[in-house]
Amino acid sequence: MTDTQPTSGIPRAHKLHLSREHALHLLKEMLRIRAFEERCAELYTEEKIRGFLHLYSGEEAIAVGVMKALDATDAVVATYREHGHALARGLPMDRLMAEMYGKQDGVSRGRGGSMHLFDAKRRFYGGSAIVAGGIPLAVGLALADQMQDRAQVTACFFGEGAAAEGAFHESLNLAALWRLPVLFVCENNRYAMGTALERSESETDIARKAACYQIPSVALDGMDVIAIEAAAREAVTEIRAGGGPRFLECRTYRFRAHSMFDAQLYRDKAEVEAWKQKGPILRFRHWLEETGMLDAETAGRLDAEIEREIAAAVDFAESGDWEPVENLTCDVCTKA
Amino acid sequence: MSGQTIHTTYRGAVRAAIRDALDRDERVFLMGEDVGRYGGCYAVSKGLYDDYGPERIRDTPLSECGFTGAGIGAAMGGMRPIVEIMTVNFSLLALDQIVNNAATLRHMSGGQLSVPVVIRMATGAGKQLAAQHSHSLEAWYAHVPGLKVAAPATLEDARGMLWSALEDPDPVVLFEHVMLYNREGDLAADAGPVPITGAAVRREGTDVSLITYGGCLFKTLDAAEALAADGISAEVIDLRSLRPLDDATVVASVAKTHRAVVIDEGWRTGSLAAEVSARIMEQAFWELDAPVGRVCSTEVPIPYPKHLEDAAVPQAPDIIAAAKTALAR
Repeated sequence: MTDTQPTSGIPRAHKLHLSREHALHLLKEMLRIRAFEERCAELYTEEKIRGFLHLYSGEEAIAVGVMKALDATDAVVATYREHGHALARGLPMDRLMAEMYGKQDGVSRGRGGSMHLFDAKRRFYGGSAIVAGGIPLAVGLALADQMQDRAQVTACFFGEGAAAEGAFHESLNLAALWRLPVLFVCENNRYAMGTALERSESETDIARKAACYQIPSVALDGMDVIAIEAAAREAVTEIRAGGGPRFLECRTYRFRAHSMFDAQLYRDKAEVEAWKQKGPILRFRHWLEETGMLDAETAGRLDAEIEREIAAAVDFAESGDWEPVENLTCDVCTKA
Repeated sequence: MSGQTIHTTYRGAVRAAIRDALDRDERVFLMGEDVGRYGGCYAVSKGLYDDYGPERIRDTPLSECGFTGAGIGAAMGGMRPIVEIMTVNFSLLALDQIVNNAATLRHMSGGQLSVPVVIRMATGAGKQLAAQHSHSLEAWYAHVPGLKVAAPATLEDARGMLWSALEDPDPVVLFEHVMLYNREGDLAADAGPVPITGAAVRREGTDVSLITYGGCLFKTLDAAEALAADGISAEVIDLRSLRPLDDATVVASVAKTHRAVVIDEGWRTGSLAAEVSARIMEQAFWELDAPVGRVCSTEVPIPYPKHLEDAAVPQAPDIIAAAKTALAR
């Protein structure tokens, strides 16, 4: 497969006036997500985590970059592949791990699991297993902000597979028509489960689709955390100023299977390997080393900190309680 | 009660309810296809656009999934949306948002999220609109935990259920039968909110319980009147709330009459009538002197010609016949 990345090479630090502290923070956030999910995959094989488990490996730059552009009062709507978004949004890792286990100390009391992470306080609205199902919700959250004169932005993440759904088109149209404060973020990892983009879309340029709805759209190198943060900051500033929705198509790649049940018969190992060499963490790490921002000691410290955080999260999940069966029907409705 | 009444229609009562809600709470707005400039497909919102403006009487594109989902999102964002879906058949295009999002979010988020949206839609046959515009799919929605479903049949309920539905922190689906919009009657001038839960006994009787809701209520009351002429005292129960069902009112009636017929414009298979019948069997089996009867729509896509449409949906003579069967008369 040819590389159609719109931008490539070294992150463009100048756009962000990147400090060492911020750069290391971005790296650590990506590393946290990668390591958390690697641990989740192990726990899955140990049958501690069940159900579906969709890993974000290779796509970490998108959640990390976009979240940096958001304020605490902004809203986030994500997908079933949302561990990275939850971590980058600041949901505590221990409660996320407890949710992966299905324990009642989890962010959704254990009722949602991997695909349904919620945190109302952090305005993190999950966590939807229906492709494109969260996009209308994001439009509605933004409508509420607009109608209540709040200068808040709703960031809505989805994959390129969502672009084939009616909900995507209906939502983009509504957001543009009503000039709603939505930041649409398409994580184009080229495969809707096992179906390649070329095999499912007549127009494979997703940003162009969005532009058809009069939404200013840009295609980005989804492996470049700096480019993503810069583009997201610019878009959020415009949205907050009343400019209506913006659309970022982040071209990326999923290094691991769609879910733990996926034998990956639809793509070559060589293709995966080639993309791994362009991976967001690998590239950013090399660049930080080259520019002298990352030394071996700092790298070791980051890894150790993350390892400790994950170990504590696993302990928290292991020692957590199951929700009593008597609570089974709590919260179906407020009143009986 | 002041004792004063106004003469109005079901349509007018729903409109008054929307107006009242808009006046009570600035977070309330109405959204849907042609609710604004056009005045609503069934003219329910006529005049509201001029009085409340395009922000609060919000015309939407033909995007049932998109705008219903947006209503759900706006409810989570602190608004109190009234989403009007033109008819229940169109609501199938929004079913994903209602069933997968509105109904699940509170429980799935561990009780963190609330979806105080109200979704109104027209339902039912009777206007010769043929197979794709004549469904009664209330049972589908009543099947889903996390939703509340109600069917206002009377002027009082048309006027009063909306505000209670808006005050409810959970998603509420309101079904307005198309044949009710033109019904006229007197309504108390100071009519206000009524609960969206609980069944109502619309006519007291001792021989048989006729249990129904929505568009079939007045056919059932007509049947009860005809039965009275034959010396049969029928009690008529209006379920009002389709989820949750008010078992207590139904069981109390059956304990008195010992016979029950359920009248439901939905298709028989998997119908609300089936559910009500099963609950009577579970909770009042030893009270029964006869099998529970059902009058439902014939299992056919509703046809266009008047005589066939009439034959497909429950009519008063069918109800009378079913009541007499229950009484072995």
